[in-house]
Amino acid sequence: MTPGFSYRRAASIKDAVTGLSEGNGRILAGGTDLLGCLRDSVFTTDMVVSITGIKELKRIDETPGGGLSIGALATITEVSENPVIRERYPALAQAAAEVASPQLRNQGTLGGNLCQKPRCWYYRGEFHCLRKGGDRCYAVAGENHYHCIFGGKGCYIVHPSDTAPALIAYGAEATIAGPAGMRKVSLENFFVPPAKDVTKETVLEAGEIVTAIVLPPPLAGLKSFYRKIRSRQSWDFALAGVALAIRTSNGRVTDARIVLSGAAPIPWRLVDAEKALIGKVAGPDSAKHTAALSIKDAQPLKHNAYKIPLFKGMIEEEVANISQA
Amino acid sequence: MSSDEDNHACSCGKGLTRRQFLTSAGAGALIVTASGHLGKDQEVSAAVIKSGEGTKITLLINGKQFQMLVEPRWSLLHVLREELGFTATKEGCGRGECGACTVLIDGMPRYACMTLAVEAEGVEITTVEGLMRGEDLGPVQKAFVEHDAFQCGYCTPGQIMAVEGLLRKEPDPTVEQIRQGVSGNLCRCGAYTHIINAARRAAEMKKSGAV
Repeated sequence: MTPGFSYRRAASIKDAVTGLSEGNGRILAGGTDLLGCLRDSVFTTDMVVSITGIKELKRIDETPGGGLSIGALATITEVSENPVIRERYPALAQAAAEVASPQLRNQGTLGGNLCQKPRCWYYRGEFHCLRKGGDRCYAVAGENHYHCIFGGKGCYIVHPSDTAPALIAYGAEATIAGPAGMRKVSLENFFVPPAKDVTKETVLEAGEIVTAIVLPPPLAGLKSFYRKIRSRQSWDFALAGVALAIRTSNGRVTDARIVLSGAAPIPWRLVDAEKALIGKVAGPDSAKHTAALSIKDAQPLKHNAYKIPLFKGMIEEEVANISQA
Repeated sequence: MSSDEDNHACSCGKGLTRRQFLTSAGAGALIVTASGHLGKDQEVSAAVIKSGEGTKITLLINGKQFQMLVEPRWSLLHVLREELGFTATKEGCGRGECGACTVLIDGMPRYACMTLAVEAEGVEITTVEGLMRGEDLGPVQKAFVEHDAFQCGYCTPGQIMAVEGLLRKEPDPTVEQIRQGVSGNLCRCGAYTHIINAARRAAEMKKSGAV
């Protein structure tokens, strides 16, 4: 049985922010991560603030500038099936379709997928690790098969979201409501690496909630794709994933974004590999070069070096495929 | 939980069989009204329910309304099984991984273990009991029997609800769609092949109206 908590059903965004600001409130949207964390004692809370009654957070609307605003409460199923998303932001629809199981996609929300807690088994288990205020990361000397190969510093989690890399590849922005009003943060800057603050996963401050994700209009001719590799075929978190968004002109790459899942404590953008790809002829040779560059900074732990050839092979295949698509 | 039991409006004890329970439900012991939606368009209020306190909610389960007191932390699964006696819905992992507790919420499969009961007001909840047509099995249930789509049977209600949800959305699914549709339901006996065959058969039965 879940430990007890008080429950506040927020009538508005303002009401949710007020509720969260009192004590150590936690947001309930789909609940699939929150209830798991409470049952596993990852954290405790006195107050659960439900935002599921706030209708405006469920909307998916085209923006006046030709982009798309996706309410934080849009379910993962809705994101994967929305015709506008499928047509204009296919990597996002593909990523959403790869999230968890049908039941969890029907229940989980886009906001929740971005704000979910890490899946490291030490963090989720009875280990007072660095991220929970302890003095060490147990993965360093432990079972680190599923941990990061990039960006680990003190803590070696991987970010569990599939949708985040796709959203970053499109240059999406999070709209955040809080006690001080509304603010917007590029999704690329929304996630906090352990080098900056090992106890936080996102830039959200106390009392803040994500209200929407705003996608800019897709660039004309942009090709995008998300691929996820996992150890179980049915459903699982990513061992390795890549979101690609590439535009070519006269056969040469003019824009490129490559963002990885399952690789680092935050969705991992490969800026150097992107830069090296721009100006190149799209095809197998540039794909090979990009893949080699992609993994040059990898720092595997004892049990996860297999991720290096996995990412390298996946990136090479997908950059080549998308270039020829 | 003795104090909890005193709280809820349901007068059925835990010792009742499902049939006795359903009979009493049919006689109106629990039913407030027999139709219509509650809550969907109700003004949401910011009232706080304190930890450990009961709040009165109305759940619409298999077309009937049940009014009861629930604690904020209670899952829909707990309420279905322990408070209302809908014991077809099973608890497996209790953490959204195995699918034994799958029910339909507004026609879509979801995990009852990861849904708070207080959040389930104003939606239509369907359990395996709700697929019965009187004393007869519904098409998905029949297809599972025909194709021997189980061994121990523990995951079966969840598998059936996953297939039911799939067929409501996609009446003529491909094998790949069926695999996807039941991918959130584990069967430790390994009856997957039969489950997939049963899902195809259920689709045919539903289409032909043969049930």
